[in-house]
Amino acid sequence: MAEDIQTKLQNYRTAPFDARFPNQNQTRNCWSNYLDFHRCQKALDAKGVDTTPCDWYKRVYTSLCPISWVQKWDDQREEGNFPGKI
Amino acid sequence: MAFPSQLGFQDAASPVMEELLTFHDHALMIVFMISALIGYFIIAMVTANLSDMYILDSQEIEIIWTVLPAVVLILIALPSLRILYLMDEVNDPHLTIKAMGHQWYWSYEYTDYENLEFDSYMIPTQDLAPGQFRLLEADHRLIVPAESPIRVLVSAEDVLHSWAVPALGVKMDAVPGRLNQTAFIASRPGVVYGQCSEICGANHSFMPIVVEAVPLQQFEDWSALMIQDA
Repeated sequence: MAEDIQTKLQNYRTAPFDARFPNQNQTRNCWSNYLDFHRCQKALDAKGVDTTPCDWYKRVYTSLCPISWVQKWDDQREEGNFPGKI
Repeated sequence: MAFPSQLGFQDAASPVMEELLTFHDHALMIVFMISALIGYFIIAMVTANLSDMYILDSQEIEIIWTVLPAVVLILIALPSLRILYLMDEVNDPHLTIKAMGHQWYWSYEYTDYENLEFDSYMIPTQDLAPGQFRLLEADHRLIVPAESPIRVLVSAEDVLHSWAVPALGVKMDAVPGRLNQTAFIASRPGVVYGQCSEICGANHSFMPIVVEAVPLQQFEDWSALMIQDA
């Protein structure tokens, strides 16, 4: 599993087609990958295991989300007023 | 690019635009055919000395001029839908670029590997070099690799804008808080121009879009240089 995600990450070029978001509107694709990354990190940290598998979500959301959005959400998480449930 | 007293579309720089041009010609041929036929009927009827006694209450001709337009409309609708769904398809893009509309400039983000971000302002008329195009040239072009599928995610930071490049067959609204996806393949190396296509305020006319397609090697050199400079 860990090796799979390593090769997957190495072969990463850009966010691939996601069947959950086949439409023109990709807002939720960006948003849910941002959420997934932080949920994944939280969950794996709680278990005390390696969080490398989460990096996939991070690469996808950095490809998709505008830098200003990520900056805003990071600030909100720091200040504790992030609207998403992580 | 566009030229003075241009009648048709710009030359295609992407496969989708080739399709759109073909469809445009197809639809225009049907329009010409109908116009010629109707023009002939009008002139024939106005100039005729006699009137046809069978033209009134004629069921046959009623059926023909009801069914025939329906067939013509289907002949337009089917290829139109084909291209509509073709344009919607984003197949395994090699690169994702974000185009963000601002009052009044575009900024571009290449974030697949590094965070490369830059603004693209119009070059004012007095600063133009000989041979450059007034109101169309930008200080930083959007550089893309030619013959590669590119995904563009369009959004805006302030008000509505629209990212449009006619030669590539792309026009996508930029809506604050929403990411709109479109895609194109630049058929060959070259420079194509576009303009903001949604009224966005005082300088709406002065935020052009310049896309430069280059071979992949040059794209890599350029992006490495841009990241180094940043």
